[in-house]
Amino acid sequence: MIKMEAPLVVIQPSKRWSLLSFKDIWAYRELLFFLTWRDVKVRYKQTALGAAWAILQPLFMMIIFTIFFGRLAAVDSAGIPYPLFALAGLVPWTFFANAITASGNSLVGSANLITKVYFPRLIVPAAAMLAGLVDFVLAFALLCLMMIYYRVSLTSQVLFLPVLVLMTALFGLGVGTWMSALNVKYRDVRFALPFLIQLWLFVSSVILPSSSVPEKWRWILLLNPMSAIIEGYRSALFGLPFDWSALGLAAILTIAVLFYAIYSFGRVERSFADII
Amino acid sequence: MKPIVRVDSVSKRYRIGSGAAAYQTLRESLTSLVQKPFRRNSKPKYETLWALKEVSFEIAPGEVVGIIGRNGAGKSTLLKLLSRITEPTYGRVELFGRVGSLLEVGTGFHPELTARENIYLNGAILGMRRVEIKRKFDEIVAFSEVEKFIDTPVKHFSSGMYVRLAFAVAAHLEPEILIVDEVLSVGDAPFQKKCLGKMGDVARGGRTVLFVSHNLGAVTQLCSRGIILKQGEKVFDGTASAAVFAYVEDMRTASSTVTFADDPNKDMQILAMSVVSADGELIGSQPHTQPFSILIKYRVTNWTAGAHVCLDVFTENGMRLLWATDVETVDDLSVERQAGLYTAQITIPGMVLTPGYYYFTSGIYAPGRAQPFDHRENAVSIEILDGGSLLANFGIKAHAATMIPLRWETTLGDQGV
Repeated sequence: MIKMEAPLVVIQPSKRWSLLSFKDIWAYRELLFFLTWRDVKVRYKQTALGAAWAILQPLFMMIIFTIFFGRLAAVDSAGIPYPLFALAGLVPWTFFANAITASGNSLVGSANLITKVYFPRLIVPAAAMLAGLVDFVLAFALLCLMMIYYRVSLTSQVLFLPVLVLMTALFGLGVGTWMSALNVKYRDVRFALPFLIQLWLFVSSVILPSSSVPEKWRWILLLNPMSAIIEGYRSALFGLPFDWSALGLAAILTIAVLFYAIYSFGRVERSFADII
Repeated sequence: MKPIVRVDSVSKRYRIGSGAAAYQTLRESLTSLVQKPFRRNSKPKYETLWALKEVSFEIAPGEVVGIIGRNGAGKSTLLKLLSRITEPTYGRVELFGRVGSLLEVGTGFHPELTARENIYLNGAILGMRRVEIKRKFDEIVAFSEVEKFIDTPVKHFSSGMYVRLAFAVAAHLEPEILIVDEVLSVGDAPFQKKCLGKMGDVARGGRTVLFVSHNLGAVTQLCSRGIILKQGEKVFDGTASAAVFAYVEDMRTASSTVTFADDPNKDMQILAMSVVSADGELIGSQPHTQPFSILIKYRVTNWTAGAHVCLDVFTENGMRLLWATDVETVDDLSVERQAGLYTAQITIPGMVLTPGYYYFTSGIYAPGRAQPFDHRENAVSIEILDGGSLLANFGIKAHAATMIPLRWETTLGDQGV
């Protein structure tokens, strides 16, 4: 009997329930790197202020929030100076908001690539999210300077920070990927996203600590992983107690959203080139 | 020998909406969702188009296959399927090797990035490893002839430099199976020659190549085998020269008059095309000195602003020789035609086309609309005969496809040129 060598690639109508091939994505990891690198490079080349934007955005938001909420409304910020409280929320929030905006619009923006070359399409929203990490690092440096200015002493809780960054990135990737797939079919997403992000900001404990929300509305915050994640950043940075149950739920929701996003993305992935 | 590419009864269906956008807005989805329960047997808004029908073939390693066919015959769809950009509706393709596809040069080039940066980016997009690009970097730069501007953003490049750089990257792609769409028709003549040379090297290097081109000369030169697609079906599979011969023969069967079925669903449609002499008689051939006309009969049911009727003249090698339309200025686009039957007569003067076969394609288009209202490829043809001139003696066909009676005066002496 002659042993037939298995084909390298088989192209046939995809099954409805097929999951993404992670092997395929791994094979294209260099492209992920190059697309991320391109996004970063182009962004800083095209803007006059370049990398400064990464710092200016949260900085000005912090100043505005401090004037309105810290001074005029005199919000209780758990004993942390309000500017620091706000910035510790704004830095991860800006990363998340930029990640979902960039990923959400990435597929439609890459139409010319998608109709001309094959690669696992998930790389496109993933690269858009990863490019935002550079901005995040710069904004985080600003946060560090502020912490030095306010003489915050770090505790061992700061070691939990990488986990929080990973959660922010994965949740951003999940929401962004889902939005990018929806965007191919419904161009409404482009207009709805900025609006959604604005509303989302108010329920993400960026401006107010979750403790200031009345008990009976607290569950809304629990359903929003960003709220727990942002409170987590503050706990890690300022040595406040972690709300482990909220963080645990956030982790579960993050993974659930990510899986749902990858599943729904995979379902429409093969037809992107026909629709775009 | 064991094939490296196996295409097994592959079909591809596209949905084409009559004026409907390719993507929906949420509002449309919501309204249709609300209306659905109340509407029974609602007719879908789209039509279907079979771009490929039950196409099967196998390619052995090292074969260089040319795929020829008229526009819309399914060539590009086939390449897109083999490149995994889109998937078949039915059927199966098996590839026993790494595929590199080149459906466009410069895919993913970013104008803000420098030539150096774009080489790495484009290489990665085409599927090259970073170490591979690094190793071939100098070779790519030398081939592109843009050494001096390697650190200049490509937005400052001339279109020629841009294309050269883009092709240089693509030309150094070394997959086991190379898929190339009509990308050789870019750049200036010397560069094209260089590209064809490179393609020849690739082919001789034992790589498997699938090549789509309208340039029948290039197909015979480069390919060992030719496959003809016609309306989505494989109609010929043989040696490249036999395929080109069969294709040209098939084109010749176009007659001097043709009518098309009346489709009441179309907003605008071509009903008939004919080639007639100055006396209005149908003709199959004509001396090159005599004028003749192409008649296009079309019906307007629903007029779309800016719609215009076009005529293309193709040579038998598939080169688009002339293009004409019933609008000349922007003002003409605001012309409005009532519903009804129209006939356009386009006259080609004598002493323009040189002896040979010519094919006429007609279409109705509107700005901003990707799909034509109607399109009839190579529907009618004419054979231009030598009407008695020096042409025959000089075999001018080898030099030019058209000629135009130019004013030519000769005077004695130095006129201060």
